[in-house]
Amino acid sequence: MAEDKGDCVEAVHLLYHYLDGELTTERRVLISQHLDDCPPCGQAFDFEAELRVVIAQKCREEVPPELVERVRKALEQE
Amino acid sequence: MSYPVGRVHVMADPATFEAQAMEFMPSLYTAALRMTRNPADAEDLVQETYLKAYRGFGGFEQGTNLKAWLYRILTNTFINSYRSKKRRPEESDIEDVEDLYLYRRLGGLEGATAGQSAEEQVLEHFTESEIKEALDSLPEQFRIAVLLGDVEGFSYKEIAEILDIPIGTVMSRLHRGRRALQKRLYEFGRQRGLVAEPQG
Repeated sequence: MAEDKGDCVEAVHLLYHYLDGELTTERRVLISQHLDDCPPCGQAFDFEAELRVVIAQKCREEVPPELVERVRKALEQE
Repeated sequence: MSYPVGRVHVMADPATFEAQAMEFMPSLYTAALRMTRNPADAEDLVQETYLKAYRGFGGFEQGTNLKAWLYRILTNTFINSYRSKKRRPEESDIEDVEDLYLYRRLGGLEGATAGQSAEEQVLEHFTESEIKEALDSLPEQFRIAVLLGDVEGFSYKEIAEILDIPIGTVMSRLHRGRRALQKRLYEFGRQRGLVAEPQG
């Protein structure tokens, strides 16, 4: 991932749009091709994707069972 | 409450509402806790969200995104009722850092094993409380954007609708919030010796 290479700069610039699935098909294909051709960018993207998974997994909370009961009771009283 | 003319609205039936809405409680509670940063407030916020949703269920269009609709109620309730409790307003800005902040600082780690780079393995070592604390440290508007995007996986358009802000603002908050989160994680990593101190 050379900083001065235009394709790499463009890929990193669109990193989040790519991972978020918010690119047009055409651009998505171009970025995917670049990631296949450029292992450093591919690794950087893999890392960002993994970070996303780790954040989502490690932020989950267990609902306190009494909260479920509380909400059900409150709804019954409506 | 007024309904559009010509459409049949069925009043919320408790059984229907519960059957459809209760399954979202774990993610609503997760979001409420990250918003309020306080379990008692989070529980109250979730209950209030369900009551409001129940009362407004007649206005929910069946077949559209119920989870996003509930999140919109949750977020509005938080902003209108809970945020005002704060003694001082939160900073609305954060220091911006470059893309790939964390990855670049882990660069050159050796010892990759099957299918995972050494950098990815470092991520596994972050604890749940570190990830939550890093997210909690972000100013509210960035925290909520990252929560909706990365934890709940809403699209830019859905986040824009939930928060009632333009898509450009969603992208800006989300991207800056993510980079700031990486900076916090890097700091935790350094404190715990998971990543090396900067050279030179």
